[in-house]
Amino acid sequence: MLCDECREHDASVHLTKLVRGEVAQEHLCAQCAAARGITTTVTTPKSVLGEFLHAVQQQEVTDASESTRCSFCNMTLKDFRTSGRLGCAQCYTAFEGRLRELLLRVHRHSQHQGRRYMPPASHILEQATTVGELRDRLQRAIFNEEFELAASLRDKLKDVE
Amino acid sequence: MFDLSLLPEGGLKWLHGTGDHRDVVLSTRIRLARNIEGIAFPSRSREGERLRVLQLMKDAQPHVAGLKGAVLLRMDQLEPNDRQLLHERHLVSKELAGLEASGVRGASAVLVGESSGVMINEEDHLRLQAVHAGLAPREAIDQLLALDREIGSRVPYAYHDEFGFLTSCPTNTGTGLRVSMLIHLPGLVLTKEIGKVLSGLQAMGLTYRGWYGEGSEVVGNFFQFSNQMTLGRSEEALVDELQRVVRHVIEREHEARRVLWRDAGYIIEDKLWRAYGTLRFARSLTFDEAMNYLSGVRLAVGLQLITGLSVSTLNKLLIFCQGAHLSYAEGRVLKDHEANIARARYVREALGAESPEFTGHSDGPQSRDT
Repeated sequence: MLCDECREHDASVHLTKLVRGEVAQEHLCAQCAAARGITTTVTTPKSVLGEFLHAVQQQEVTDASESTRCSFCNMTLKDFRTSGRLGCAQCYTAFEGRLRELLLRVHRHSQHQGRRYMPPASHILEQATTVGELRDRLQRAIFNEEFELAASLRDKLKDVE
Repeated sequence: MFDLSLLPEGGLKWLHGTGDHRDVVLSTRIRLARNIEGIAFPSRSREGERLRVLQLMKDAQPHVAGLKGAVLLRMDQLEPNDRQLLHERHLVSKELAGLEASGVRGASAVLVGESSGVMINEEDHLRLQAVHAGLAPREAIDQLLALDREIGSRVPYAYHDEFGFLTSCPTNTGTGLRVSMLIHLPGLVLTKEIGKVLSGLQAMGLTYRGWYGEGSEVVGNFFQFSNQMTLGRSEEALVDELQRVVRHVIEREHEARRVLWRDAGYIIEDKLWRAYGTLRFARSLTFDEAMNYLSGVRLAVGLQLITGLSVSTLNKLLIFCQGAHLSYAEGRVLKDHEANIARARYVREALGAESPEFTGHSDGPQSRDT
């Protein structure tokens, strides 16, 4: 069956339309249907990540930049290209130039315009870090069966809390 | 199975079906992605680091007014059906629920409050979220930014002067904000106008997803419209832009419903009655069937063919007819065919308990048939 519109291609989209309660059939080829904005099925768009990874892979690659490593989490640009996820906040500094290009491509901007952030008042931060660190050290001590050390760490933790 | 009654409002306050444009917009959801300075992101972190993130949030919670009464659930200590159930309630993502191939991540958790909460050790350390009924972007963003200020004053966030809030995936960098509105568009689907709406949406840099969020299929004509870009605009601007578009789509949906009713009233009326009849009397229903018929009944309520059936009952049916919810109600994990029978029984009883009134359309198509 030929397309009702162009009469050139095979019709692959068959529409049943209701006009004032009357049923009307229309047969269109894929191109003419698309030109009229008709989609046949409702499907979700490809995941953002898919398009994004494509953008990542489109970036020009030079051997030197590929082997740049984040000093904090040890991630390389190559790892990032594979997973699409960064390893830590430091990666943004380690791969700053590349990431700026990518952010511009994805968001059309690289300068944040939202609310600014002020880190917590230093004393709260200091306390949080100390408590957290003490807990980490305590757990390590228990794991290593260093019970004397564990006991003193527990006392110190109580004091701080 | 864990005790669901422990959750404040079951984490489902939005089901009450209040809010603007509740006949079309089910909910407005916003999340902010945040990470903690000095700790590797969850996908690259060790268990000890993730436990540290969890502990920081546990320490912060008593001081955060926005998390008062919120309940902490360790995902890695829940049974699969319970994790699935939280996902069905849209309280946790598929990733956090451990429903993806990689399974459940150690030290992953969720804080569930009445209308807000925090996912912990998801793709980012923290995903703050707020959900409100209907079209309520202002309420949601105000609540969420207040929660963000409180948590951010206790826990040091990873932040960069140029790039903003730093996230595991650069598609979230900047504000870390994703606003999504769950909307019901049967009119646009039936009139086949939906394709134009969806391509217009994408041309504007927005996107849409299915019932279960990213990567899920559209069922029952329910779409989640959301922003895609997160950097270079303020939080308010991102939310306002989606709101503007959704308001326009709501108008087009109403217009499509008017056209359907005017031009094909008797077909529509028949279709919606069949949907109601099936739900009211069927003995076995698959999830997709139930969603499609519930979409029909929802449209019938919107067209005032059925009155006295509340939006909150319809919302509740959408959530409680899902597999893990049926298993929870039965006290054991149901196989698919058992779930279909349990679903039909649940829907039948829920509709049977209501006493709706049914009307035809006086100047509608009935007169054409006679």
